[in-house]
Amino acid sequence: MTALPETTAKKLGLVIDLDTCVGCQACATSCKEWNTGGYSAPLTDQDPYGADPHGAWLNRVHSYEVGDGTSSRTVHFPRSCLHCETPACVTVCPTGASYKRAEDGIVLVNPDTCIGCKLCSWACPYGAREYDYADGVMKKCTLCVDRIYNETLAPEDRIPACVRACPTGARHFGDLGDPTSAVSRLVAERGGFDLLPETGFKPVNKYLPPRPRRTGAEASAQMSGAKADAGDNGSLASRFFAWADKVLSR
Amino acid sequence: MHPAYSVIIFTTASGAGYGLLIWLGLLGPLGWVPQTSAFGFVGLGLALLLITVGLLSSTAHLGHPERAWRALTQWRTSWLSREGVAAIATYVPAGLFGIGWVFLERTDGLFALMGVLAAALAIVTLICTGMIYASLPTIRAWHQPFVVPVYIALALATGALLLTFLLLLFGVVTTWAPCLSIITVATAWGLKTASWAHVDTAERTYTIEKATGLGRFGKVRPLEPPHTQPNYVMREMGYQIGRKHAQKLRRIALLCAFLVPGLLSLLMLLAGQIFGLLLAILAVISAAIGVLVERWLFFAEAEHVSMLYYGREAA
Amino acid sequence: MPIGEPKIALSQPIGDTVKTTTCYMCACRCGIKVYLKNGKVRYIEGNRDHPVNKGVLCGKGSAGIMQHYSPARLRAPLKRVGPRGSGEFQEISWDEAMELATRWLAEVREKDPSRLAFFTGRDQSQALTGWFAQQYGTPNFAAHGGFCSVNMAAAGLYTIGGSFWEFGEPDWERTKYFMLFGVAEDHASNPIKMALGKLKARGVKFVAINPVQTGYNAIADEWIGIKPGTDGMLVGALIHELLRTQKIDLEYLVRYTNAPWLVIRDPGAADDGLFARGENGKPLAFDKRSGVLVDATLSDIAPALVGEFKLPDGRTAVPSFTLLAERFLSAEYSPEKAPAITGVPAETIRRLARELAHAAFEQQITLDIPWTDWAGRRHEKMVGRPVSMHAMRGISAHSNGFQTCRLLHVLQMLLGSIDCPGGFRFKPPFPRPTPPPNRPGGKLGTVAPGKPLNAPPLGFPQGPEDLLVDEQGRALRIDKAYSWDAPVAAHGLMHMVITNAANGDPYPVDVLFMYMANMSWNSSMNIPAVLRYLTEKDETTGEYRIPKIIYSDAYFSEMVPYADLILPDTTYLERWDCISLLDRPISDADGPADAIRQPVVEPDRDVRPFQTVLIELGARLKLPGFVDENGAPKFPGGYPDYIIYHERAPGIGSLAGFRGEDGKSYGKGAPNPKQLEQYIANGCFYHHQLAPEQQFYKHANKAYLEWAKEVGFIGAAEPIIFQLYLEPLQKFRLAARGYGPVQPPDSHRRRIEAFFDPIPFWYAPFEGAVLDEAEYPMHAITQRPMHMYHSWGSQNAWLRQITAQNRLFMHRERARALGIADDDWVWVTSAIGRVKCQVKLMDGVNPDTVWTWNAIGKRAGAWNLAPDAPEATRGFLLNHLISELLPEREGGYHFSNSDPITGQAAWYDLRVRIEKAKPEEAGESWPRFERLVHPAGETRVAVSTFGREFREAAE
Repeated sequence: MTALPETTAKKLGLVIDLDTCVGCQACATSCKEWNTGGYSAPLTDQDPYGADPHGAWLNRVHSYEVGDGTSSRTVHFPRSCLHCETPACVTVCPTGASYKRAEDGIVLVNPDTCIGCKLCSWACPYGAREYDYADGVMKKCTLCVDRIYNETLAPEDRIPACVRACPTGARHFGDLGDPTSAVSRLVAERGGFDLLPETGFKPVNKYLPPRPRRTGAEASAQMSGAKADAGDNGSLASRFFAWADKVLSR
Repeated sequence: MHPAYSVIIFTTASGAGYGLLIWLGLLGPLGWVPQTSAFGFVGLGLALLLITVGLLSSTAHLGHPERAWRALTQWRTSWLSREGVAAIATYVPAGLFGIGWVFLERTDGLFALMGVLAAALAIVTLICTGMIYASLPTIRAWHQPFVVPVYIALALATGALLLTFLLLLFGVVTTWAPCLSIITVATAWGLKTASWAHVDTAERTYTIEKATGLGRFGKVRPLEPPHTQPNYVMREMGYQIGRKHAQKLRRIALLCAFLVPGLLSLLMLLAGQIFGLLLAILAVISAAIGVLVERWLFFAEAEHVSMLYYGREAA
Repeated sequence: MPIGEPKIALSQPIGDTVKTTTCYMCACRCGIKVYLKNGKVRYIEGNRDHPVNKGVLCGKGSAGIMQHYSPARLRAPLKRVGPRGSGEFQEISWDEAMELATRWLAEVREKDPSRLAFFTGRDQSQALTGWFAQQYGTPNFAAHGGFCSVNMAAAGLYTIGGSFWEFGEPDWERTKYFMLFGVAEDHASNPIKMALGKLKARGVKFVAINPVQTGYNAIADEWIGIKPGTDGMLVGALIHELLRTQKIDLEYLVRYTNAPWLVIRDPGAADDGLFARGENGKPLAFDKRSGVLVDATLSDIAPALVGEFKLPDGRTAVPSFTLLAERFLSAEYSPEKAPAITGVPAETIRRLARELAHAAFEQQITLDIPWTDWAGRRHEKMVGRPVSMHAMRGISAHSNGFQTCRLLHVLQMLLGSIDCPGGFRFKPPFPRPTPPPNRPGGKLGTVAPGKPLNAPPLGFPQGPEDLLVDEQGRALRIDKAYSWDAPVAAHGLMHMVITNAANGDPYPVDVLFMYMANMSWNSSMNIPAVLRYLTEKDETTGEYRIPKIIYSDAYFSEMVPYADLILPDTTYLERWDCISLLDRPISDADGPADAIRQPVVEPDRDVRPFQTVLIELGARLKLPGFVDENGAPKFPGGYPDYIIYHERAPGIGSLAGFRGEDGKSYGKGAPNPKQLEQYIANGCFYHHQLAPEQQFYKHANKAYLEWAKEVGFIGAAEPIIFQLYLEPLQKFRLAARGYGPVQPPDSHRRRIEAFFDPIPFWYAPFEGAVLDEAEYPMHAITQRPMHMYHSWGSQNAWLRQITAQNRLFMHRERARALGIADDDWVWVTSAIGRVKCQVKLMDGVNPDTVWTWNAIGKRAGAWNLAPDAPEATRGFLLNHLISELLPEREGGYHFSNSDPITGQAAWYDLRVRIEKAKPEEAGESWPRFERLVHPAGETRVAVSTFGREFREAAE
């Protein structure tokens, strides 16, 4: 079913706050942990204890340095499937294993029908699809479809594993198709942006930019003038001691 | 892009097979080639063998070859599915055409129609193959107007070289066949050269700054990758070839795929059957090597946008 | 649903069983829920009810499954059969192992208990292990604090009765300005991460002072890329600025600190620099209202902070605050002086001081919560100065760490921001009296064959009389803790044990018994030397210089091959544990909390939990407390029995919750046989929420202090007075000047005089001070990646994928000047050795500093990794470059490379130079050591499809 649904009832996705992410990898390992036993099970690891350990992960955290010299900043950058509105990874799929759910917009791969041709991973500009060498099928972020509707979980736990684990609260989950949702409002407030909008795939997931640095000029201005030592006479110490020689009740 | 041998062999072998099928499907009914059962058997047999070997080879690339039949279902959206459907569909008129030629020694009437149909479907298949690559905006080297014409042209050129060889094998010395080779090889050369020029000069519009959306803060440099050993995406999409090495291979491809077969075909115009056959064999071998190198480069030189996240500056 | 979309199972239960327990993927101790499916661990998630992590879980915690199923796990007890280090072992039964250990330990105990060195590494059961050492009778006990953060703990406990991390935390909900000093990612990881998220959401300014801009520092509003080991100078300059601009909280100082206490000024006298005391022994202050000297601890007096006063005996004394102000107002600490030392511009320092003052004094917080102070005076509001700070090992792991930590606390005091709304808040059972009253056991003449120690081995000396030294001033402990080398070594010096034992300095040991510390690798300095010490034999006896080594670990660490007897431990999911208020609690500022681990799966190997093994050893050795009057084991059920029934004092045991026979008491109460069941029913933890009136000013809050006394946290409901001026240090100094019965050897006098300053100060870290800086121009430091915990991470199939090789990070410009390009291989040379590694260039690092991820480098074959694993071939440790001993001093004496006050390992003092390696040297790290082989054989899978079974089970 690789034809895209004309519209989806919801646009479920993630909002990732680059201003808050400290790069702790909690989202990456909780994702691995959930999904290696869930819908996409297993997420195989090749040579796990050997010279070339690499496996299928649905969420990876990069770190970048941006800018130069002392004004440079380090940005941690989690990256997973963006559940695009018009994803080429789905339409190129020859078997229909890749599909976008009409109900909520989640892009999934059916592990029972995928032939492992890898074309979808070629079509994705975000490097979000990962081939499982042992399973012979493509794996990708499911937005924890087996959590978010899971009636055996407490309602507050019906969120993706990465969002549930994130210690800094840098990951938000919700319906980006609903302008009144918390995630949509967050995107509006913070100037959330799309990755590579020019590819035209219309990612649903949004990134919140790092906020500008605050190196003080703006804060200092509004501060009440700190008392300077530009006193009249005497040394710095004698002026200070004169000030501090008060009757203070214990 | 990682140059997967299964896919390189597939496009090279099937391409030559489709090229040969196209020439036989068109020239058979026109009577330009021997109408004998033997020629039909060897010619169509070779074409279908190359096509089949290629298609089988391509399934070696799959994680689940036993599910390959599923690839025929999504022809409405997927060029890969369309290619599969077209490839399979080609067998039907090609088979009927072969029955007429081999068993009845007939290439006229309905059988002629089958020949033309097979040639048409072969071209459709080649277009689909080219479009699999050309439709991907994620790979600048592929997402350009020359990819489909190059696929078709190389198929026709390698098909023409094979046809010339077959004619000489059957003792038929012609002028038109080497000329056909020369024309198609020259066309393919022109298209491929233009394609490379296009790739080399086209602007690399995607940058790491755009990919991360962080350009507003300045130049973006990767600090740490998500994993210290390469992952699937890096292994598949991150293949890198040195510029010097690529230039060398391009010269080899130009020499083997175009220059040598073209010159040998020119010589064939002067040669007799035996010497001509020798030249034709050499031309086919040279073209095979050249196209394999060209196809390998087609993958190896292709840069994928996703690698921007892993530190490539532009794609 | 349109045709074509497959039906998928959306509501599969996660597992068939779920159990709560406590994480042990690092020392953060978060609450977790472990889901099992068909007896196998399927999923671990954070427990939303838990006070530490409130549901979240870090990168390590979520990878716990791979730790539990690690191929590095040990399988059975092992006895060494080949030469030490060869890794040739024989699997033996537990009976044989216990008999052997008992025999070795019994022999030593009958001869001289101090010939047992018992050091327990990253132990979370020190209440038990320390008690075992005490009952056994050896003073030679400590855990890993000496090479972790004892500077932080000791400076805090002596100064304010608490410290950062387990002792206190910023008021994350209310603070308006937050300063983070040094690397902090590896301790209290989730609480800090959660808090940083909240700060960012509230728009609170977050200033990071750290040579490296990674991790938490990456999201700071301002990053100050300071030179390592100079934070004390920066803080001193901030103090200078606050004093200069008169932005300090004098009322707070008068009320809660010893700022007004009078210090005797009588150079050359035996009591110079001590507090002037009245006849009742109480310190004196000058009351400005009455104009006379009064007991400084009285309330409602108006003590002077400034001036010089005559004592009854005619001598003069000055308020300690005056001494402090004199020091920091001097040009020595002016912002102009700081840039050359710290690399931080003077204007930045002045601005930071302005910002601190602005937040503290212009953005004051008032909570409408009435409270009563220690003197019974009711206050209608709680007033707060919303400035908060956190620091951890980045500050601590320098040879000036103790005084730097003191400087930080002094800064907090001057701002009046300790345990107030928006400031730094204590976590009960802290604050404790300053300094804590308990002294270390094992003084001269108290260690006797077959007898327990007179007091727990670790404590807090308050003067030379509390030191563990002989008549000549030589150390009585194997690690020289509480000797003149490290008088305030509150956590011992585990990093010196192997060196000292092998050198017989101060004496040899017969048995070295260790738990969970990779002392032959990343937990030691100068690894090549340590390996030699572990394997060297005495030429006369032919015996190893450390004759017997017993080691307990769950995994095949680099240390295992160097032990003679291995007692294999369980994983954290297979055991009972106790996170006790007697040990290292998990409280938060709103109330004390403790927790347990319960076994969620049974071990599938012949392994036993270390604590149960230790209790059985205690019973076999018939140690007092471990057996009843008939000699029968007192805790036949092992550790869980101990957790329930052991009482440290009447009614006070391992766990504070559900005490009393009915399980309804908190803090004090008779043992409750159902206590563990009740903990399990409560999610494996107990958090006691303080009443709002108890939540702030705990050091001076009557309702809190009375309650804390009642539950046994403190001995008396007395206010805890912050020590701006630390008198015990002056006592050591006076001894160095030749006063008192216990004096340092001559070789130590200058050092004690110089560093035991009762007013904190900054001095250059030792390594930089003794080396030629031109020869070793760069600082070299390490930090742990947030997804790894010491050496444990690399055995974890998931975590090692993230970091299987570490790089040496260095500044781009500095590298360019040295002709080094990105990805080049370089030699890093220190005074004692060199290491070859690959560089990664960056901008966000202090230009004079290089750094790397710690403990990624592995010895080939260790942890059951393939010998060609990147950790072994391309990873590296800086440990090889760090000397455990400082260069020889006058008199031929080698001090350890530690803080002179606490003995804290000075990991971050390292100085190096960097040179590009030759092209043919690229590709592999150096040094390399002989390959190790897991005793049970190399049983690694080539492909892991972990989780497939869960899907199949679901289908």
